Amino acid sequence: MTQTTIPAVSQWQTICPLTRIIPNTGVCALVNNEQVAIFRIGDEVFAIANYDPFSKAYVLSRGIVGDRQGIPKVASPIYKQNFNLITGECLDDESVSVPVFPVRVTDGQIQVGIT
Amino acid sequence: MKKKNLVVIGNGMVGHKFLQCMIDKGATADWNLITFCEEPRMAYDRVNLSGFFLGKTADDLSLVEPDLYKNNNIQIHIGDRASTIDRTSKIITSANGVSVNYDKVVLATGSYPFVPPIKGKDADGTFVYRTIEDLEAMSAHAKKSKVGVVVGGGLLGLECANALKNMGLETHVVEFAPRLMPVQVDDVGGAVLKDQIEALGVKVHVNKSTTEIVNENGTVHKMVFADGSELQTDMIVFSAGIRPRDDIARDCGLVVGDRGGIVVNEACQTSDPDIHAIGECALYENRIYGLVAPGYTMATVAADHLCEPESNQFTGADMSTKLKLLGVDVASFGDAFAKTPGSKEIAIKDSINGTYKKLVVNESGSLLLGGILIGDASAYGNLLQLVQNAIVLPPHPEDLLMPPREGGSSFSMGVESLPDTAQICSCNNVTKAQICTAIQDQGLTDIGAVKKCTNAGTGCGGCVPLVTDLLKAELKAAGIEVKKDICEHFAFSRQELYSLIRTHQIKTFDELLDRHGSGSGCEICKPAIGSILASAWNDYVLTPTHAGLQDTNDAFLANIQKDGTYSVIPRIPGGEITPNMLIVIGEVARDFNLYTKITGGQRIDLLGARVDQLPLIWARLVNAGFESGHAYGKALRTVKSCVGSTWCRFGVQDSTSLAIEIELRYRGLRAPHKLKSAVSGCTRECAEAQSKDFGIIATEKGWNLYVCGNGGIRPQHAQLIAEDLDKETLIQYIDRFLMFYIRTANRLERTATWLNKMEGGLDYLKQVVIHDSLGICAELEAEMAYQVQTYACEWKATIADPEKLQRFNHFVNVDGPDPSLMRVEERGQVRPPFDHERSKERSVVMP
Repeated sequence: MTQTTIPAVSQWQTICPLTRIIPNTGVCALVNNEQVAIFRIGDEVFAIANYDPFSKAYVLSRGIVGDRQGIPKVASPIYKQNFNLITGECLDDESVSVPVFPVRVTDGQIQVGIT
Repeated sequence: MKKKNLVVIGNGMVGHKFLQCMIDKGATADWNLITFCEEPRMAYDRVNLSGFFLGKTADDLSLVEPDLYKNNNIQIHIGDRASTIDRTSKIITSANGVSVNYDKVVLATGSYPFVPPIKGKDADGTFVYRTIEDLEAMSAHAKKSKVGVVVGGGLLGLECANALKNMGLETHVVEFAPRLMPVQVDDVGGAVLKDQIEALGVKVHVNKSTTEIVNENGTVHKMVFADGSELQTDMIVFSAGIRPRDDIARDCGLVVGDRGGIVVNEACQTSDPDIHAIGECALYENRIYGLVAPGYTMATVAADHLCEPESNQFTGADMSTKLKLLGVDVASFGDAFAKTPGSKEIAIKDSINGTYKKLVVNESGSLLLGGILIGDASAYGNLLQLVQNAIVLPPHPEDLLMPPREGGSSFSMGVESLPDTAQICSCNNVTKAQICTAIQDQGLTDIGAVKKCTNAGTGCGGCVPLVTDLLKAELKAAGIEVKKDICEHFAFSRQELYSLIRTHQIKTFDELLDRHGSGSGCEICKPAIGSILASAWNDYVLTPTHAGLQDTNDAFLANIQKDGTYSVIPRIPGGEITPNMLIVIGEVARDFNLYTKITGGQRIDLLGARVDQLPLIWARLVNAGFESGHAYGKALRTVKSCVGSTWCRFGVQDSTSLAIEIELRYRGLRAPHKLKSAVSGCTRECAEAQSKDFGIIATEKGWNLYVCGNGGIRPQHAQLIAEDLDKETLIQYIDRFLMFYIRTANRLERTATWLNKMEGGLDYLKQVVIHDSLGICAELEAEMAYQVQTYACEWKATIADPEKLQRFNHFVNVDGPDPSLMRVEERGQVRPPFDHERSKERSVVMP
């Protein structure tokens, strides 16, 4: 899967063990004073902003994850718009997108990259 | 080739329609389109102007999509009136001094309201009803008025009366003619209409000629009539007809009619071939067409003619109308006054229901020529088609006026029998063939898409039922079963998924996805399947295999609010609560600073709880003996009750005890949608049981059971399914009913919709639930018994499980709540700030 260009990571911040996230759900982490929504689908992880631009609430980590035609996505729990977990693009309104964050699993720990 | 200049004078509904036609035809390649708009805003929906009083804004009423003109290089001069046409040098000059050279002109200047020459007509407090500015002025004056009079009992006058009534004024309609709507309806119809409108609280005065408007201190005071009577009022709105705005045409020497109107030919050309006129300013064969549909037709004809001469003609228009005036249906179509030689009338006047229906048929009674419908115009679409397509009538044309009789079938004209040329939507001139072609070629499957693609049904909306029938017929003919797949991950309907889960004893989403689905699921299938699993096996919804399926409400066992905080509703069975329990709720709300409100279901809603507060709040509530109220779930919500025979003078049974018993029996039951219930202790029905999914009303002999009602967006009364039941039978029937609903309904389908779609309707449901026609009642009862036995309070289970509680921290890696949450104080409580309050001092960061 191709990653979109993301600025070079200067430092990886450890968030929590992968097992802390129930498969196919999300959590919210505070990284560099920003709210980041981290999702686990199987053993893969994705990170986008927790801020939902439609409701203006910090809630995306509480959405239902799934896929649309194979694209991993989360549906906002407030008004149900879907966001592409790889690119942050809103799948229901192409003029809207949310930031994505570099994220990886190292030694069973989830880490978010600070750029 | 150099582009030619085409100037459109007037940007009302018809002027805009003309521009839209030119855009649609791609004519902007050959023409520079320039338009003058006297009003301070672009074209808006004047037909639905009264919507302005119901809270619609000018933007809501606008007909011009933002940037449409800009994107098509149409130059619009807003707030500038074209004042002169110099036909020799071909220059148009505007009030603001703009000059434009033209090759062609289209006049779409519309009309102005006629104000009869009555003494005192210009006093403060007199109005006309045409533009948004008129409405704003009326609205401002109405605030300081008690009584309002509309002069003119025509179509627009009655619409205007409705507006005055909605503004809370004592409303009168004064009509010069001996009946209301003299142009559209006959004497009998006018009388029925008058009765109906007066029953709604509007006073109607016919045969009244106003001779003077008496002013006091410069403001309207009273009206004096020719018969000597008087009427005191604070404001007067004139709606006594329209007159074409033809002054600019007169001034430049175009031919106009004796009584006004710019004379046009079949191509909508005026006496100057370079100037067209369309809409209410145009006079064709000595007639002004004061409806929007003919105006739109003229706009289309003019656009066609300018792009391709002699391609299209205007030869008059059908003036059939269907409206709802003050909530009363009024329709008039074809030869409504039986002017055709030899024509005959069939009429039914029903004073009980306040309806009047008249058909005009030809001499032999084989063809319908026209008609009038007052009070119930539901047959309008069908009848109009019979007229327009000269369809031969059934042997007893009077049957067309009667509702279908029990056991028999009324004559109904299937859409299949209409010719392809039948005009289905007269507002936008869309034929049956156009609609069918669009459905076939573009594979349309829902009414929204058909409206969007064809424009049919986007005008007055009167043809929407016909368009829907056409769509259904087309889909059926094409052998297309309306797609019932729940989403892209499962090629099954909810009902099929339910039976797969039951039959194969499937216990998790992953197992179902593995065996019968694809991909990884989505926000549609996951909650639906989560709900089915709960209905079937009643496992705890937050077990790791189920947690990710739940909508946030079920995932956090509370209702999410707009700012991401939640509301908490403890169960209060039957609405009965002890003072001590009330005190507990009060203390919890106080200690967590929650906004508190009484719900419509006799419970208490505590709003604004942060996700991290939910377990703390519930620890207190559970400790005091409260249980989850499942207000967050598609599940049984509440069973309302009245105090019944225990306290009430009139109660005949103990409704409160029964409500509590029923609520406790079905608590936690998950279903395709939420379930509400109520029990009333007598026929006075204080618990509003007939508005519930299942409702119970006490009788002298037992209990009456009503099913499939709901409030909400489309209220529907519940229907009586069984009478005078003893309690055991009552509960048995409810068990069966609920489980049958859970088995067979679609996702998010309330019981009312479920019943409406059920073939055979209530009779079929009775057969299944009462007479066990499918032989499944024992199964249904066993399934319900399992649900009742396995019930456990989800909150009690959650606070007892430290692992589950981890999910209730806002952050996974640090302590503390969501720092973005804010609160504003209002009436002694807190609420989230609105956007404009976020930066103000009044907002406080949540503690």
